Amino acid sequence: MSEHIVSKKTYYTVFLALLAGTALTVVMAFVNLHNWNIVVALLIAGAKASLVIAFFMHVKYSSKLTKMWVAVGFIWLFLLLAITMTDFLTRAWLVYKP
Amino acid sequence: MAILVTARTMALIESETAPERVEMHAEHHPQLAHHFESMEQQREAGTLGMWWFLLTEIMFFGGMFLAYTVYRHMYFSAFAEGSNVLSIWWGTFNTAVLIGSSLTMALAVFHAQTGNAKKTTLFLLLTIFLGLVFLRVKYIEYSDKFAEHVFPAGAFEWPTHEAPAGPHNVGDLLLMLTGFEATHEPSVTQQGLPVKVTTNHAEAGPYYGVAGPIPEEIENPSNAGHVRMFFWLYFAMTGFHALHMIIGIGILLVLAVQAWKKKFSREYHSYVELTGLYWHFVDIVWIFLFALLYLVDRHP
Amino acid sequence: MSSATAIPSEIADVQWNGERLNYLNNGHGLKSWLLTKDHKRIAILYLISVSAFFILGGIFALLIRINLLVPQGEFPADTYDRLFTAHGVIMVFLFLVPAVPAILGNFLIPIMIGAKDLAFPKINLLSWYIYMLAGVILLYAIFAGGIDTGWTFYTPYSTSYSNSNVLLAGLGIFVAGFSSILTGINFIVTIHTMRAPGMTWFRLPLFVWAHYATALVIMLATPVLAITVSLMAIERVTHVGIFDPAMGGDPVLFQHMFWFYSHPAVYIMVLPAMGIVSELIANLSHKNIFGYKFIAMSSLAIGIFGFLVWGHHLFVSTQSVYLGLAFSFLSYVVAIPSAIKVFNWTATLFKGSISYDTPMLYGLGFIGLFLIGGMTGLFLAALGLDVQVHDTYFVIAHFHYVMVGGSLMGFLGGLHLWWGKMTGREYPEYWARAAMIIQFVGFNLTFFPQFILGYLGMPRRYASYPPEFQVLHVLSTAGASILGIGLGITIFYLLWSLKRGKRAAANPWGAPGLEWRTTSPPPTENFYETPVVTWEAYEFAPIETMEVLGYPGDPGRPTQPVHAEHGTED
Ligand SMILES: [Cu+2]
Repeated sequence: MSEHIVSKKTYYTVFLALLAGTALTVVMAFVNLHNWNIVVALLIAGAKASLVIAFFMHVKYSSKLTKMWVAVGFIWLFLLLAITMTDFLTRAWLVYKP
Repeated sequence: MAILVTARTMALIESETAPERVEMHAEHHPQLAHHFESMEQQREAGTLGMWWFLLTEIMFFGGMFLAYTVYRHMYFSAFAEGSNVLSIWWGTFNTAVLIGSSLTMALAVFHAQTGNAKKTTLFLLLTIFLGLVFLRVKYIEYSDKFAEHVFPAGAFEWPTHEAPAGPHNVGDLLLMLTGFEATHEPSVTQQGLPVKVTTNHAEAGPYYGVAGPIPEEIENPSNAGHVRMFFWLYFAMTGFHALHMIIGIGILLVLAVQAWKKKFSREYHSYVELTGLYWHFVDIVWIFLFALLYLVDRHP
Repeated sequence: MSSATAIPSEIADVQWNGERLNYLNNGHGLKSWLLTKDHKRIAILYLISVSAFFILGGIFALLIRINLLVPQGEFPADTYDRLFTAHGVIMVFLFLVPAVPAILGNFLIPIMIGAKDLAFPKINLLSWYIYMLAGVILLYAIFAGGIDTGWTFYTPYSTSYSNSNVLLAGLGIFVAGFSSILTGINFIVTIHTMRAPGMTWFRLPLFVWAHYATALVIMLATPVLAITVSLMAIERVTHVGIFDPAMGGDPVLFQHMFWFYSHPAVYIMVLPAMGIVSELIANLSHKNIFGYKFIAMSSLAIGIFGFLVWGHHLFVSTQSVYLGLAFSFLSYVVAIPSAIKVFNWTATLFKGSISYDTPMLYGLGFIGLFLIGGMTGLFLAALGLDVQVHDTYFVIAHFHYVMVGGSLMGFLGGLHLWWGKMTGREYPEYWARAAMIIQFVGFNLTFFPQFILGYLGMPRRYASYPPEFQVLHVLSTAGASILGIGLGITIFYLLWSLKRGKRAAANPWGAPGLEWRTTSPPPTENFYETPVVTWEAYEFAPIETMEVLGYPGDPGRPTQPVHAEHGTED
């Protein structure tokens, strides 16, 4: 595994994309999308994070193993959030209503 | 017999003093630790270790993201109220600053990889500078909140007036960052613009099993207690984030000195790379914090 | 018993244990130990400190049992609260979590994979210092006022009502978590990047596989505990309502976060012990392990599924019933990989040439007791039954069968198996067997009555109880005394063996693993040459071919010193 050197141009492009993403997410926050505002905000944040991970953190050029570990990290976070939220979302279902 | 044993023992002791093993790698880099076989292996180990450390960081912040998700689900309107008094101007500015610092960090790694000690130092220093700007803005924001008594511990006052608008132009910004201009002007807004209360989301009912949405008229227009939930999350999450920034800046300072002293080379620069990974991770956390804390229900 | 005593034993002893340079005599004095970066010496540091905490935790256990001798209790109730919390905190965070990984894992993983050290020796040493710091903090919390919340620190009691050292305890646990995270990183990176040439993944000893899975669990679970106790501490100091229902917080959220760590932590404690059992069953049956890949993969499966079952601790909280059903089902699922292991160990024993030496006795003890612990775990995973026995002595008995019957038996088995490797001295076989049997009897007498007590409705953490339970409680206390005596004997003869024990041979069990192909004790860099692995794991070869690799002695001479007790198979 020899190391891969990412070009400066790539870094600057990614930087501009990140700035654009930031601008976009702020603008979208002021548009009323009802329940979808949070989805859009998280999608943009996710895209920005992916750019940072892929290029700044060189994961695009790293071994499959590294890619897998990054995925594992986010999957575990998802497990924690999703399973616990299942509790809070379904807690009320069975309660007797007067 | 005894002589035989003694002779064998002597032979053994003798052989102990001989070099233990033939070195397998002819070119022995001065920075190669004794237990690694090659620089390649050493670098790989460092990278893998850093990634795993970052995975633990994901789970560490994950606990707070979990608390955020749960309480946002329960008290959405309170979260919207709280989020709306955070300064979106400062938030956006800081996001840009941190993204910029990620860029300078990436460039520092680039120059380390290509063996340019001067530029490595320069970009490390730039990264530190941008990190400090971020912390300075965070300090401004925190002191605003303290002044308005929306710090969750102690005397928490709610509703509060709207967030300070932030600087009006670049000169203003520089004066604020350097502390020549007050960032908090209570007199202008103390009258208090009415705090927006969302009604399109019923306050979550499931807590202790109350079924269904609560009718709108019962909803507390200034649910101070629940806004407090938002603010402790805001301070805990941004606080732990800032702590990571401070640690990062400390490490960067050491690296900058080492880079200046030409400690790093084309072959040996993994500390710069690893710190880069850490720094970018802190950036990613902020990207999510910005979306989750500053942008809740902003639209009119 | 074999009669292949070809070499006079005194020559064998000289050959391996003259004033040979090894990691123990390579450097003397306190400084050479406290500043060492040798994983083997750090393991010894851990061994000493973890054992000390174990003895302390054991003393608290005996105090608990003394209190329960009489229905009204010997001590005031709040003293009793502090006793069982001290016992729980010390045993969980300072003994069970670090015991096997930080001592045996630390010592053996680099040797087993043919490396000179762990990937990050300085971090390894740092983890010991952090562990000691955590120990000091927790000891201070325990002795300067105590902690009365139980080791689970449930809110809002811990944050709003408890008048004890909750903050300090939280800090101690946070710090201890750091220590195990550092150990975990080291293991993962070492196993990934430091394997010797030819040491493929499926040639790794199962001990290494188990530690790999353990390290994954440590890394993904421990940070959640860290943030949980941090939030608990923030809440206790500021009372902003993080987990306080009066202010909109949710105490069940705390339980979710706490058990997201603490259920997988059960596997942090028991997976390494399972790895040990795999080793000693194979090595003392002198037979290739049955179903190698199944055991290896079941370790990973346990690690992963272990993350999906935490809610079985919340069946009687306000947790959603639907999620409860899912958790109940998943808890049954996680029993499958555990059962796979037990089946494979049994199949390995079948038609093996078994030496009933102490490690094997511990291995068999593990299988039997873990089976009982695991099966009663299924009782508790059943949603309906758990409502009945939740927070009773049934639970106490269940997890002590897993933790003591599983982890402790595994740990002691491993300690005996590798004692000669670690110290260069043999333990006395007769005393060791006797102690093991005493412990086994004492353990069952302590905890089996507790199943009955729990089933009859005796709740946990109570200082007093109705008189009709006294018989069972007295039996339990009697058992604890016997268990204590058994453990005392072990501690005594192990210390004795350091000076008086016979010199240990390089490979007393005729085992094929790499750790047996270096001297006892190993040299500082573990091997005399980088091993090149050409054999499969557990490939039992004729004993003459399993020589010490690259030892600068006489290469022509068979390197297997033989003494009559551990004969090879005929
Ligand atoms: Cu559990």
